[in-house]
Amino acid sequence: MARRRAPGVPHDTAAFDISFDGRPVRALPGQTIAAALWGAGVVAWRTTRVGGRPRGAFCGIGQCYDCLATVNGEPNRRACLVAARPGDAVTTQEGNGRAGLAV
Amino acid sequence: MPDSPSEPRAPLDGYDLDGYDLAVIGAGPAGTAGAVAAAGLGLSVALLDAADRPGGQYFRGTASSTPQGGAAFAALRARMATSRVDHLAAHHVWSVTRDGEDAWSVHALTGPDGDGGEPVRVRARAVLLAAGAQERQLPFPGWTLPGVVGAGGAQAMLKSGLVLPGKRVVVAGSGPLLLAVASSLAAAGARVPAVVEASGYLGYARHPRALAVNPHKALEAAYHGGALLRRRVPVRTRSAVTRVHGTDRVEAVTVTRLDRDWRPVPGTGRRIACDALAVGHGLEPRIELATGLGCATRRTPDGTDALVVNGFQETTVPGLWAAGETAGVGGWQLAWSEGELAAVAAAVRLSGRVGPAVSERLRALRRRRDRLRSFADAMAAAHAPGKGWTDWLTDDTDVCRCEEVTAGRVREAVADLGARDARTVKLLTRAGMGWCQGRVCGTAVSCLAAGGTAPGSVPPTPARRPFAVPVPLGALAALDEGEGGESTGVAGLGRCGAAGPGGQGPYVLGEFADRTLDGVGTRGGQGAAATGLRDSRAPYGQSAPEAQRPSSPPPFGIRDASGPGAVGVHEPRDPVVPVQRRGTRGPGTPGGQRPPAPDGREPAQPARPAEPGRSEPSRPGGPEAPAPPVD
Ligand SMILES: Cc1cc2nc3c(=O)[nH]c(=O)nc-3n(C[C@H](O)[C@H](O)[C@H](O)COP(=O)(O)OP(=O)(O)OC[C@H]3O[C@@H](n4cnc5c(N)ncnc54)[C@H](O)[C@@H]3O)c2cc1C
Ligand code: FES
Repeated sequence: MARRRAPGVPHDTAAFDISFDGRPVRALPGQTIAAALWGAGVVAWRTTRVGGRPRGAFCGIGQCYDCLATVNGEPNRRACLVAARPGDAVTTQEGNGRAGLAV
Repeated sequence: MPDSPSEPRAPLDGYDLDGYDLAVIGAGPAGTAGAVAAAGLGLSVALLDAADRPGGQYFRGTASSTPQGGAAFAALRARMATSRVDHLAAHHVWSVTRDGEDAWSVHALTGPDGDGGEPVRVRARAVLLAAGAQERQLPFPGWTLPGVVGAGGAQAMLKSGLVLPGKRVVVAGSGPLLLAVASSLAAAGARVPAVVEASGYLGYARHPRALAVNPHKALEAAYHGGALLRRRVPVRTRSAVTRVHGTDRVEAVTVTRLDRDWRPVPGTGRRIACDALAVGHGLEPRIELATGLGCATRRTPDGTDALVVNGFQETTVPGLWAAGETAGVGGWQLAWSEGELAAVAAAVRLSGRVGPAVSERLRALRRRRDRLRSFADAMAAAHAPGKGWTDWLTDDTDVCRCEEVTAGRVREAVADLGARDARTVKLLTRAGMGWCQGRVCGTAVSCLAAGGTAPGSVPPTPARRPFAVPVPLGALAALDEGEGGESTGVAGLGRCGAAGPGGQGPYVLGEFADRTLDGVGTRGGQGAAATGLRDSRAPYGQSAPEAQRPSSPPPFGIRDASGPGAVGVHEPRDPVVPVQRRGTRGPGTPGGQRPPAPDGREPAQPARPAEPGRSEPSRPGGPEAPAPPVD
């Protein structure tokens, strides 16, 4: 998938991969998980508890909690704050993100 | 472990950092300027910020295009690195308590999203709150679709992550920030098919004096306007996005003309294709840490609540100072001036001395502050929401994004069940009870609760949000140990929390504290006579201190972890240590150790009690922070 990146940003050889629902996503050092996902054209990585509706980053600054993602098995991480690290496995978080519990 | 909420949790270890003169919360322009100025006057300063580097919302990230003032801020940051400021990065402050006269505790959690689980307490003789603002949002049909993002949020993601939410991005809402956002998105390669502003820009002309004395501000607007013109970005004023189209993400928006009261004019809707919408209706001060202590608030000209401060930026609770957007939204130059002013005034207060150089500095800072504030108020007045905006809402529009509460349900609570304020609506519908604690929907719910009957556009939002971040119970319990003195509010909270339903709810959210923090608020309210600094001018405005407002019975303390809105069990993890810079401290090492000082100093002693004379701010030739470049 084509990356959307601001022009003028030098190609960073230190770019690395994380995965989103099993497929690879390129990330730049210093990017948050939300930024890496946006860069790959992904704008939703959670479904809501009640309506099952897709959500992604909204406020971008850690205030709205819409960007909650499951990162390396841990649910409810704010993707707009957590920096992407090589090999991170991000998965779509369903509901309150706690597998095995009815919601 | 995601599916075992009732498993016993490891106790959380934390650490104390004692002996600071000043604790500054927020490392934006206000907090950073304040910290550097205070250190320059001999104070020992702890600067706490949730982010991993200083800069706040404006000086954020490493975007290739340096923002206006970027060089000045870089110089300030360099100064800080060699000063006596301990920058505590990745520290999320969730509560401030007053332990006695000139004795405060600032409680924080560490980690990139406050998930390090390690409670930290910073003790200081005074506190400067410089927590900035968040975007104000007014809902409309389709605003929860992926691809709809906050305008400031899009700007923040672009600055720090160099990414865009889409290829064709409509920018909509109200306020001067929209032009800046549209021009950066366009410069970064997005197509911006329209900027949609619900007010107009003619309102500025009603304040010719504010414009005349702030020519740099007028230039800024002209600069963004010019950039948009060059890129042929049409700006539609007196219009709003009244619907977003798409099933799983944005495909188009409908832009409708508005009347004077922001009511959509029927038959004027136009569809614009786009794959993202960046939207925001101005900024709201982040004041919950201070209102929890009983600080009075004022209504700003655009209908947000800001802290009341006196001519020296002190709130109505002596010893608690506020600067930047917390004292009213006004841009980075104003924030910088206010931060410095507050720090100098606090230094005078703590040392009890003021020399001629410091007096002159205070006067100059106040002049600059007043001039910039007049412009901020003019801007705010021009972008105050019209009361007809609620006509955008259909009954199935989600108003509360977290709890998925629709406008229809809120209206039902108002019309059929007699709710008249946001708090009652919250009890009846859960609107504002989710993760964000009503930060996003608070304004909207208040407006709906007022049922359009309020003469002003935005009724007060009485909902208190004493916790600035959701807090794992363990952190509260840990506070309880050895917490003597008067911080009974929070210590009590820890006890109640531990005794909650099964002790399994990992987070305590705001409502609970309505009951427990009130005492702290009242204790904080000392008479103004205690103020060493006398201010001849009245504060900017008045409103009853939050702590004196009647509060309804606290509804729910701890949320059952398996109930709706509950969140996963919060396991303590190894804290992520952010990039260490000189004078910058990441979260501490696990196991109750204090964090090692970067330079190998004795880690347990980040600051010593003030030596006699060390806080003397009026030393001739003493170092001064660089002045904000606004003149
Ligand atoms: C999302 C957003 C985007 C913006 N973009 C622009 C822009 O592009 N151009 C422009 O001119 N203005 C912009 N602004 C306005 C800009 O924020 C202000 O003009 C200026 O930054 C105000 O400075 P400040 O120091 O008062 O607050 P800020 O710069 O907002 O700094 C506040 C700091 O406090 C920290 N903080 C807040 N609460 C806590 C807590 N509980 N614990 C720990 N730390 C905390 C935050 O992490 C932040 O670093 C934006 C505002 C927002 C909200
Ligand atoms: S996008 Fe709002 S918290 Fe992350």
